[in-house]
Amino acid sequence: MSALAWFRSVAAKLFRPSEITEETDAELRSHIQLRADDLQRSGLPHAEAERRARIEFGGYQRYREESHQALGGNLIETSLQDLRYSLRVLRKSPGFLFAAVTTLALAIGANAVVFGIMDGLVLRLLNVPQAQTLYGTEYGADPGFQSYPNYLDLRDRNHSFENLAAFKMVFTGLDTGSNPVSTAGYATSGNYFDVLRLQPSLGRFFHPSDERGPNSAPYMVLTWAYWHSHFHDDRGVVGRIVQLDKHPFTIIGVGPPGFHGTLLFVSPDFFMPIVNQQQVDGENLLDARGSTMGIFEAFGHLKPGVTLGQATADVNSVGAYLAKTHPEDFGQKNVLLGRTGLASFDGAVREFTAALMLLAGLVLLAACANLGGLFAARAADRSREVALRLALGSSRTRILRQLLTEAVIISIIGAAVGLLGSVVLLRRISEWQPFPGANLNLPVAPDAKIYFVAVALALLSGFLFGIVPVRQVLRADPYEIVKAGSSARLGRRITLRDLLLILQIALCAVLVTSSMVAVRGLIRSLHANFGFEPRNVMLVNTNMAMAGYTGDQIPAMQKRMVAAMQTIPGVERVGLVNNYPPLVYTAAFRAKIFKEDATDLKPSNAAANPFGYQVSPEYFEAAATSLLAGRDFTWHDGKSAPRVAVVNREFAGEIFGSPANAVGRYFKLQDGTRVLIVGVVENGKYLSLTEDQAPAFFLSFLQVPAVQSMLVVRSNRDPQQLTAAIRSQLHDLDAGLPAQIDTWNNFLDVVMFPARVATMALGVMGLIGGMLSIIGIFGMAAYSVSKRLRELGIRIALGAQRTEVLQTALGRAVKLLAIGSVTGLILGLLATRVLASIVYGATPRDPVVLAGVVVAMALLGLVATWIPAQRALSLDPLILLREE
Amino acid sequence: MSGEAQILPGTLDLLILKAVSLGPLHGYGVLLRIGQISDSALLIEQGALYPALFRLVRQGLLKASWGTSENNRRAKFYELTAAGRKRFREETEGWNRLATAMASALAAQAEEV
Repeated sequence: MSALAWFRSVAAKLFRPSEITEETDAELRSHIQLRADDLQRSGLPHAEAERRARIEFGGYQRYREESHQALGGNLIETSLQDLRYSLRVLRKSPGFLFAAVTTLALAIGANAVVFGIMDGLVLRLLNVPQAQTLYGTEYGADPGFQSYPNYLDLRDRNHSFENLAAFKMVFTGLDTGSNPVSTAGYATSGNYFDVLRLQPSLGRFFHPSDERGPNSAPYMVLTWAYWHSHFHDDRGVVGRIVQLDKHPFTIIGVGPPGFHGTLLFVSPDFFMPIVNQQQVDGENLLDARGSTMGIFEAFGHLKPGVTLGQATADVNSVGAYLAKTHPEDFGQKNVLLGRTGLASFDGAVREFTAALMLLAGLVLLAACANLGGLFAARAADRSREVALRLALGSSRTRILRQLLTEAVIISIIGAAVGLLGSVVLLRRISEWQPFPGANLNLPVAPDAKIYFVAVALALLSGFLFGIVPVRQVLRADPYEIVKAGSSARLGRRITLRDLLLILQIALCAVLVTSSMVAVRGLIRSLHANFGFEPRNVMLVNTNMAMAGYTGDQIPAMQKRMVAAMQTIPGVERVGLVNNYPPLVYTAAFRAKIFKEDATDLKPSNAAANPFGYQVSPEYFEAAATSLLAGRDFTWHDGKSAPRVAVVNREFAGEIFGSPANAVGRYFKLQDGTRVLIVGVVENGKYLSLTEDQAPAFFLSFLQVPAVQSMLVVRSNRDPQQLTAAIRSQLHDLDAGLPAQIDTWNNFLDVVMFPARVATMALGVMGLIGGMLSIIGIFGMAAYSVSKRLRELGIRIALGAQRTEVLQTALGRAVKLLAIGSVTGLILGLLATRVLASIVYGATPRDPVVLAGVVVAMALLGLVATWIPAQRALSLDPLILLREE
Repeated sequence: MSGEAQILPGTLDLLILKAVSLGPLHGYGVLLRIGQISDSALLIEQGALYPALFRLVRQGLLKASWGTSENNRRAKFYELTAAGRKRFREETEGWNRLATAMASALAAQAEEV
């Protein structure tokens, strides 16, 4: 019964709050009226009776509220009241609201995005069952387990993995009846899907039982995404026969949705058995034990109870056995096991996300300092209001609760705005396809975890800084404050607020400094000497295997392509390079080379480990790589001619002392071939922009043919016209040969990617830092001007000059800005060392950066103090003094 | 102050129940009745009555309805519910027991211990 009554009263409160309030008011007023009637009857005049009645009643608002509470449901009711009141108050101070919300939104947004990236790239595992026990061998430049025979040995000899699967990437022409299109796939071991414990969404997968020797399993499994986009969910696709590089393959199944292969960044279009790799690669890469091209990564589930350390030791003991058994082919190195999917990028990705987290943390810290300052200033501003409310009988808890409500409202709005921005940004990132011809797969979809983190961060920082004014409220003596008025003290000592502002500006200066260092590094790397000139060059990527060429047909066709390009009007030079030219797809091959007199050609006796390229005559001219000594290749350096090489300056210097000395000398390849050096070219960059200068050598492509090559076409013509002309020439030569055509600069995007992303991230963080410091300084300056309006008015009335007024009004803000900036600059320069690993040429001792930071912070200060300064200068002492 | 006792916590509720048990009353009437029956020995600020009244309503001990006062003012009248009458009896007994016990304890002489 009483519970029912309680519910009724709560429900009544919730659903008819205004009615209840009116009723309570009516009752309390009726009480006062009845009392006044009595007093009047006892002889008091009407007005006096009413006054006495009200006094005797006591604090009307207080009892009204307490009555409310007694009626139940009051927590919600008072919270709603707090909410309404807070919203009203906030609406009245839009400047504060805007500053606080922007600060929070920036910090929350930045952190949500960075957390999303970390979640997608580091925390989240591959989208396969039990991914947490899946580990793989790390890819490396030395022949480790990167050959098929070594993989087989590792698979059969290890004791740590339940089973071991392997894959390599293949790039093929897929012909479904019309013109062939370029596709990228995985050639995998037969047990690939079994090891991953996956089930097909359609048809079947291939298994070890399908492998019966070379080219015995012409099957392919499509990824769900490729099936969806290119076969339009056609369930009849299973059993269809298509051509991969002119070889018939049967589509036997479609993978599960959401499975993008076992590399985090690049999605394949299909899977095929690795035993058929010769058909799509054009050459057999499976038999050579010393090859690094057979296997990209071998991986499997660790057996239950086996630790990562035990597994690594086990794998390395197999490696030691292989190095002993096959010394000529197996350069022993310590293999590290990494999380499948990240294999070769694990370290870099972790470093990158850790650096981002650090920066985002700094942003958050700066934002918190900013909020702290804002709230503290506001609390000081409102001390009079709080005092009045206390004096009128409001309880301290009630006032605190209301202040916290304000903080929470700001947090929630800030979080909402920040989250909205971050969701948009993360969506963009996950759909991002920055590279031509590669399916980038960045699984950074915003999910519940990210929302949770953002809201938690927002509430935490909101509460933390909503509490700043609490001390002031609790200590407040209403009488003193009301008496003293708002322009009470002019503090000269350093306050908490000053410290917060210095801290915040210092953090922001760190961000601004790092972003400037990064931007400067990127600009420098764009203008660095690559050892070739990528401007005005078109690259044409073809794979002869895709059109079914074999043996001697390959160089003959490639020669015809070069000749065809030369006939295009406006084309200056045409060269050709096997595989990829320098800095394309961060793919380059290193070879062990030996001195001429070396007899034991095992890896440990190598004289150098240079990058190796195979190029056509005129390649150096097409690439604008200058020849320092000797001669270029000619079309006579063919199969039957003596083997010749062109080396770079570093190679010549390292082995022969000087470029001039090298010409006419010999070195040996690992297979024992003697090679004559006929020319020396300038140094360059080969694999990455940040690499140390490495040796490199070039062989004649006629002497070392390869199916995959890139034409290097130099021309001043408009890229689009040129592309069309190249396409039509190729079409005339062989209509069935897919070609990927793009500018060299566009292909450089991949190698620029880390620097670009880092610069972009740092740039954004720097921008956020700059905005935060503007808000912080603006808040501080505006506050100090508004606090001292009267003083400034008196000064102006007494004849102060404009500069003196400005100094009084803003001197302190400017001083804090200077201290903070210098601190931040020094910290930022120290942090630059960390940047050096990602950003090319990041150096702290760069006068441009130093000057840039100083100018940037000064500009920020100017922007932030402009409005307060204008306000201080436009003061009219007459109006001001009259008002106060 | 010596002639007027500050009200003991918890006793206001009982006094209200007592006042209302003698017949329906509006808030101001409750106040007058308490002053009357306690010989003006109990002192509360007038407004403090209402949170207590509302609490009792919420507990289901009192019910309220609007009516007209003796001098034709609109006022809200309170009366006991069945639960209220029961609670009033219990609390009265409890209070009497406590008061008797306290009285005899305070009257005790040294030799009786």
